Order: sequence, then C-alpha cells, then structure tokens
Amino acid sequence: MNFASGKNSFSLAKYLQTHRQALLVLSSFLLPLLLWSAVSYLPFIWHPKMLVSDPGGVDYFHAGMLVDKSLFKDETANMQEQHLSPPQGEPANPIYLPAPHQVAKAFYTAFTKPPEQKDMPWLHESLWHSITIIFWGFVLSSVVGVPLGVLSGASSTMSRLSEPFIEFFRYLPAPAFGALAVAVLGIYDSPKIAIIVIGTLFQQILIVANTTRKLDPTIVEAALTLGTSRLRLLTHVIVPGILPDLYRDQRILLGWAWTYLIVAELIGTSSGITLFITQQARYQHFDNVYAAIMMIGIIGFGTDILLGRLGRRLFPWDKSQKKE
Amino acid sequence: MNNQTDNKSYLEQSDEVRARFDRIRERKVILEARHLGKSYTSQQGNVEALRDINFKIHRREFICVVGPSGCGKSTLARTLAGLDQHSSGEMLIDDKPVNGPGQDRGMVFQGYSLFPWLTIKKNVMFGPRMNGSCHDEAERDALLWLELVGLSKFANAYPHQLSGGMRQRVAIARALVNQPRILLMDEPFGALDAQTRIKMQTHLLDIWRNVDITIVFITHDLDEAIFLADRILVLKANPGEVQEMIEVPVPRPRSPAQFGSPEFRATKHRLEELIHPYEPAEEEDEEEKAIKPHLMRFTHVTDNVE
Repeated sequence: MNFASGKNSFSLAKYLQTHRQALLVLSSFLLPLLLWSAVSYLPFIWHPKMLVSDPGGVDYFHAGMLVDKSLFKDETANMQEQHLSPPQGEPANPIYLPAPHQVAKAFYTAFTKPPEQKDMPWLHESLWHSITIIFWGFVLSSVVGVPLGVLSGASSTMSRLSEPFIEFFRYLPAPAFGALAVAVLGIYDSPKIAIIVIGTLFQQILIVANTTRKLDPTIVEAALTLGTSRLRLLTHVIVPGILPDLYRDQRILLGWAWTYLIVAELIGTSSGITLFITQQARYQHFDNVYAAIMMIGIIGFGTDILLGRLGRRLFPWDKSQKKE
Repeated sequence: MNNQTDNKSYLEQSDEVRARFDRIRERKVILEARHLGKSYTSQQGNVEALRDINFKIHRREFICVVGPSGCGKSTLARTLAGLDQHSSGEMLIDDKPVNGPGQDRGMVFQGYSLFPWLTIKKNVMFGPRMNGSCHDEAERDALLWLELVGLSKFANAYPHQLSGGMRQRVAIARALVNQPRILLMDEPFGALDAQTRIKMQTHLLDIWRNVDITIVFITHDLDEAIFLADRILVLKANPGEVQEMIEVPVPRPRSPAQFGSPEFRATKHRLEELIHPYEPAEEEDEEEKAIKPHLMRFTHVTDNVE
C-alpha cells in the first residue's frame, strides 16, 4: 500500500472540502441576497406599482406617489382621450419592499443620524434595551430551569412529580399570560421579562431533563462502584458529564428566547426593538424596519457563533462539537 | 479431532497444580454467595435471571465466569458490584453481608466507562478523592497506579485521545487505586481486537501476581477464561444457575504457548460440552425461533462462488 500518496490525496481532498464548505456557507447568504436584488433592480420580474414623476393632467396624482400599474394605464388612456398631457412615471416595487441599497443605507444612518422623531430612541438604544430584557429573562429562566431539569433527569421521583404538569403548562402560549403579567408586574420591563421566562422555562426543564437522562449509565455506575455518594454523584459526575450537551441546549433555548422577545415587548408599554420597528412601520420607513429586523438576526446569529467557539474551548473533550 | 491422543480429563491435575489448589483452599474465603437469586419484572412478566447461586472464592483467586448468552453473567457481576439488588439469598465479603456498591469492590466495565471530562490522572484520582483523600495524596496514588499500567506518559491526556486497550488499562488503574478487596471485570476486553486482547490478558495476570486482589472476570471467550482463571464458574441459562465450578488444570505461570497443551484442550472440550451441548432441533432458544433468515438468490444461477 502506498501510504504517502494516500495521505497526500487525503489532505488535498480535505483542502478542497474546507474551501467547498466556505463557498457553500457564503452562497447560503448570497443566494437570498441575489434573489432580493433581482426583484428590486430588474423591473420585468415584479414591480407591480408605478412611481409618478410628473402627474400630467391627472388632478389627484402628485410627484413621488406610488400607484397601481392598472390605474396608471387607465389614467394615461383617459388623459389621451381628453388631449391632456399623460402622467409620467417608472415601474416600482411596493413601499414595503425596499431595495438592498436602501436598507444598507438605513442600516448605516440608523447609527449615525439622530431619529426623525425627537423622543424616539436610537436603534442601538432600542437594541440594547431588548438585549437586557432577553438577558434577564434567560438568566431567570435558567436559574430555575437548569437545576430543576437536571434533578428531574437524575431522579425518577422528581421527574414523575414535576414533568406531567410542565408538559401541560408548556402548551399554554406564553403571550396569553400578557394581561396577567401586566396586572401583576406593572407595565414596564418586568412583565416582558416574565413572558420570556414563561416561554423558555418549561421547555428548558424538559430539554435539560432529557439531556440528563441521556448520560451514559456506565459512567454513573462506574462512579458508584468507586464509592461516590448520591449527592456527589450529582455534582461530580452527572453535571460535568452533561455539561457540553447542556451548553448546546442553552444555545438553542437562547434562540427561542429571542422569538418571544417581539411579543413580550408589545406587552404594557411597547419598548425596545419592537417599539422601533412598529414606529418606523407606522411612518412607512420600511428600510429602517428591515435594518432593525436584520440587526436582530445578526445579533442572534453572531452570539450563537461566538458561544459555539467558546464551547469548543470550554469542553475540549467533547467529540460532537468538533464535527460542527 | 485427535480425541484419541489427548483424551486426558480436565479433572486430572498434575501434583504441582493439585498442591496449588490445596494451598488456595487454605486461604481465607473472601467472597461467598449463598443461595443468591435475582429476578425482575419486565414486559414479558417475571424473569428469573439468577437462581440459587452458591460459591466461595478465596483470597487472591482468579475466577472466570462463562456461560451461554443470556445466562446472567453480567447480572451476576452487577449484583456482586451492588449495582443491581439481589432478590434472595445473601452475599458475604469477609463473612459480612453486603448490599449496594462499596469501596471494597472495584469494577471494570466492557464499555468505556472513563469520565470523558477528566484527564487520565484525574480519572484515576476520582476514587480516592470521593473517599476522602486529599488532593496530593490522591495524585501520588494515581501516578503510582498509572506507572503500574504503563500510562504515566498519558497522565494529562483525555480519554478520547487513547486507544481502546489504553482506556481499559486506565479503568483497571482507576478501580485498583481504591484498594478494593475484589475486582469485578465484566467482559473488559470484549471490545478489543485479538492482538490487544492477548496483551491485556498477560498484563492483567502480571498485575494480579503483584497486587493483593481477588478477581472475578466475566467473559464469553473460553480461551480467555482458561488462560486467566484458577477456577471457572460455568453458568447455564434460563434461569442462570451454577452448572459447574471447574478447577483449571493448566499450570502457572501461564503463557500463550499453553493454548495447545493437553490440559488446556481438555478444559476447553469440557467447557464446550457444558455451554454448547448438542441440542435437539426443537430446543432452539427463543431468539433463534423469532429470527428465521429466508435466503434468496441475488446472483445469476451460473455465477457460483464455491
């Protein structure tokens, strides 16, 4: 057998493999962007509206107005019949679909120019407010959920005592508790944090319990034959044994907490990124709306990548993370 | 088969071997099973895994347990370790009845049971730390035992960086550092390749020779059992009962060269008789009854391999 050439071709394959992967990752972002650009910049694909540049003889048209293509055509025919000057305009997309460059510009100006409405917060202030809500919601949920989940996973008594009720409760939609949360906790940040806790906690307990149950029983038995007491079994074997998986669960749950954010922020006085988005949508600044939505995506995806990297550092023995 | 040339009985012992067994019998009984039974309820109803198991094991004996699949070998090991509760009879260590796991019985499992989040050294330190040794003391003991199994160089590696054989060496060191009276081994070399297995068997005998330890070794490999054991406990299945306790007539020290010796072959012949007797066709076990392969031909009729 020729090991040397085998090894070479293997490393070449690996090299191509990593490049191919990088290209695929890039493409997964570029393809949707390409589609969006095509719809925005190629008038023949969609563009169902006309952007009026000169109203001509139509008395209710004015420059900068968006009208349906069919209406524009009818009015053009009308004007020609009445021997008035026809309106001028070009095909455009609806106001709710800004082009990529508009969103990119909004993205930039959101951080550089003060908001148009005087009392409105900046985008980064809104975002920071939302992040603190998520943070406290997730921390509070984890403080209760992780220990309870580990206990439920480790002890069948605990599991039978807690899990049936949790299974029931997790089907109750968290936003349904909005009014109750406001009645109990007021209208500011507390009810919003409560909704995130309600949305995350019950799933968290069940997921962590399941992760705990999946720990290889041989490891627990080995510890028992080495003279480990019940309490130390929990702290010295079960918890470190599930730690890499627990960390992965927490990453996924943090993503879920973000999905509850928008609903949570509508409760009581609207705040954070939700307030920013609803305000901007009200004034039809859809470029800002898209910029804000994308910001959420970037923050969520970014933290997940960072946490993934951190996980690989924290748990060097964990084999499943190396495959990522 | 050359049954004519070596129809030596496994019961015939040379004077030397007989003298050795006499000496063993004079030693203190360290582990005794009295009418030990284990039954549990499963979906198929009540299952009797072990019934009326009786044996006495003397200090520093090497006992192998063999038997057909489903005879409860592993259940016996787990019961002796205290991981499974026996349902009848009793189990005595140094004449005292025991229940539940304890420091006096160490166990090596078939699967990899090392703690993946701890380095090799910390794995071995785990037992002493759990039993109240201070860090330095535990570390000293751990390094000593790692030296004994030849893995000092890997003290700071993680288990996943080691080969299967090395991991089992660590598992042995981790069990022995606790200074148990009895080492229970449940098919510890079952997952290793043939060459590594032979090395590990020889290594285990070396350790056993040098350490005050009594070994109960579960295996399905008859050669392994004969090579290692002083006595072999043969179980039979459904329910698991003691069929025979065989005194292995192969003299010590053992070496792989003895695999062809008449004593070795006679013992193996006897074990095969006990474990795989010629059964009439209707006495197939349930698993075989359930799985009946129906072979179809997927190649052309003229395309024969034999």
